[in-house]
Amino acid sequence: MRILLVEDDKDVSRFIAKGLKESGHVIDHADNGRDGLFLAASENYDLIVLDRMLPGGMDGLRLLETLRATGSKVPVLFLSALAQVDDRVKGLKAGGDDYLTKPFAFTELLARIEALGRRARGEGPVTRLAIADLEMDLLARSVKRAGRTIELQPREFRLLEFLLRNAGQVVTRTMLLEAVWDYHFDPQTNVIDVHVSRLRQKIDRGFGFPLIHTVRNAGYMLRADQ
Amino acid sequence: MSTGAHPPKPEGDGALHRLVRSIGFRIAALHAVLLIASGAALGAFFWWNTAGYLNRQVDQSLRKDVALMSARFDDGGVDAVVRTIAQRLAEGSDEEEVFLLIGPDGRSIAGNLEVWPAGVPVDAQRIEAPIRHDGITSTGRLYAMELGGGYRLIVGRDVANRVRLRELVGDAVLYGSALAVLLAGLGGALVQRVLQRRIDQVAVTAVAIGHGDLSRRVPLTGADDEFDELARTFNGMLDRIGGLMDGVRQVSNAIAHDLRTPIARTRARLEESLRDAGGEGELRAAMERGIAELDGIIAVFQAILRIAEIEAGARRSAFAPFDLSTLLADAAELYEAVAEEKDVRLEAAPPAGLGMVGDRDLMLQAVANLLDNAIKFTPAGGLVRLTAARRGETVEIVVADTGPGIPETERPRVTERFYRAETSRGTPGSGLGLTLVEAVAHLHAGTLDFEGDPAGGPGLRAVLRLACGEVPRLVRAADAQRRRAPSLAAEPGPGRLPVGAAPGGQASG
Repeated sequence: MRILLVEDDKDVSRFIAKGLKESGHVIDHADNGRDGLFLAASENYDLIVLDRMLPGGMDGLRLLETLRATGSKVPVLFLSALAQVDDRVKGLKAGGDDYLTKPFAFTELLARIEALGRRARGEGPVTRLAIADLEMDLLARSVKRAGRTIELQPREFRLLEFLLRNAGQVVTRTMLLEAVWDYHFDPQTNVIDVHVSRLRQKIDRGFGFPLIHTVRNAGYMLRADQ
Repeated sequence: MSTGAHPPKPEGDGALHRLVRSIGFRIAALHAVLLIASGAALGAFFWWNTAGYLNRQVDQSLRKDVALMSARFDDGGVDAVVRTIAQRLAEGSDEEEVFLLIGPDGRSIAGNLEVWPAGVPVDAQRIEAPIRHDGITSTGRLYAMELGGGYRLIVGRDVANRVRLRELVGDAVLYGSALAVLLAGLGGALVQRVLQRRIDQVAVTAVAIGHGDLSRRVPLTGADDEFDELARTFNGMLDRIGGLMDGVRQVSNAIAHDLRTPIARTRARLEESLRDAGGEGELRAAMERGIAELDGIIAVFQAILRIAEIEAGARRSAFAPFDLSTLLADAAELYEAVAEEKDVRLEAAPPAGLGMVGDRDLMLQAVANLLDNAIKFTPAGGLVRLTAARRGETVEIVVADTGPGIPETERPRVTERFYRAETSRGTPGSGLGLTLVEAVAHLHAGTLDFEGDPAGGPGLRAVLRLACGEVPRLVRAADAQRRRAPSLAAEPGPGRLPVGAAPGGQASG
């Protein structure tokens, strides 16, 4: 993806840019709001990572509002030290697609960037998702692995659907809570792990190879490496 | 004239200026103006009804006399008039009657007036003039007329009494008004002093607090008046500020003690690894552990700040109506798996259709913390029960467990920051989970209480009571005011620390 990073902190930008380049993305960087807006308006980006507080008289909110006013629909992920609920709500209201607070783990940022990018590319209405020998029929709400039907609870179905839609990518526990349970709150202890392990019992146990992988210090990934 | 707005007087006019500007004085002045106006209105009304009435009666009878005399003159000439005057005076029916008839030569022919009063024209009507009759000087109300043939006649009444009455009424109004002004002035001074004394009590308290003595409160007089109401509001605000200050102190203490330890530990480990690590693999492992420990510290830090943010009441922007029944069912579903893994049964029976206004994410967080806490401290084979019920304007959410419980004396301390029950030392958790629940309860005008099992059995009941309706009126007004004029404190500064997701914090069960 071609990503614009608008962030004034040198260390943080270097850290993000390096990590994103290693993940195969192309990064442009602006260290103030004006340059950021200029780049965002004149170039074609797949995604913008935007800091809230920027020097140069234009903060992240103003930048995004101005950009949205021109009709741009590019996905924007706010990256901010402003972490109160108000700030998050303001950021999303201004047209942001996601909001991550500093300090953050790079894996969380990368996972969210890639999820946003996929969502924006818009695979169109999908009725069927699959990986390796696992199939999900979204219309019939049924799941099969190696031809065998697997019974899933509604929540397990949504969990697997989210993993399938993000197959091959890391999804963090927070992302799962927001997407599958629709609550923005702090994942307590091992709540998500327990749910994932239940899902694992149903779709991995008794089959030749596992599909759900735990990514240490990050989250989970649905991957078919045999 | 005094109609326009006066430019503000320069400061330093001293006591007089202060008095004039005081509310007490203004109230007194307004009072005085009203008193004078009502006194004048009363006087005018009184005058119209007494002296005015008498004058009108005199005028009426004088007009009759004038008509009578004219008729007599026309019928019987001067002699008839003279006879009539003599007859009227002799009758003496009304001692106040005065007459004077003078001939063409200017001599007096009949009547009791000694001379034609000065300044009375020959066609005078309702004129009041000084007269002399029967040897006394007085005031008369007179009609004069030309009878024809050079004869002129005055008929009138001696109205000295009425004049005196009128003066009496006028004086009464005047002195009454003066008295009213005097009393109003005294009253104003009194009101001003009373107001000043009541306000001084508030001011003295405010000054003492400004100098750092937060324990001071405005004394109530017990009169239950507006000032007591103000004092109560003021004291309530001070209690809240005191609570917040305590919270800040607690946070400082928490950072000083509870965060210093893990930071020191992490630092020591990193230093040790740097010195002793045998190879890249060991270094890498040490760094990974260091990052994990830092994440833990960040999480505790964020939890502390988040609690502070909620306690400051600044999070009501996310308030919206939501379905509490669904939320409780979601929370139960989320934790049912955790409970099952611990071989604890989680029973949830929230009734359907519980609506409330609040912050949905925070409510889930609160219920999640309670469930998490209960499950953690319930031994295998135990039971955790989530129930809810509406009681009038409040919703009661109860999380009951069959764990070891906590002694009654310890219960109030459970929600203190970093509280860990003796029995829970070996359990993971930051000791912030229940503090957060209580903060969420306060944000929703509610409370968090811990009770023993009513049947006397083991376990603990966490009872969350919340206002399910609208936010109270005054709180709403304050919120609106804050939105109109965002205070400095609400404005995030660049130095603001992140307050994100809180860690899984528990205290005890």
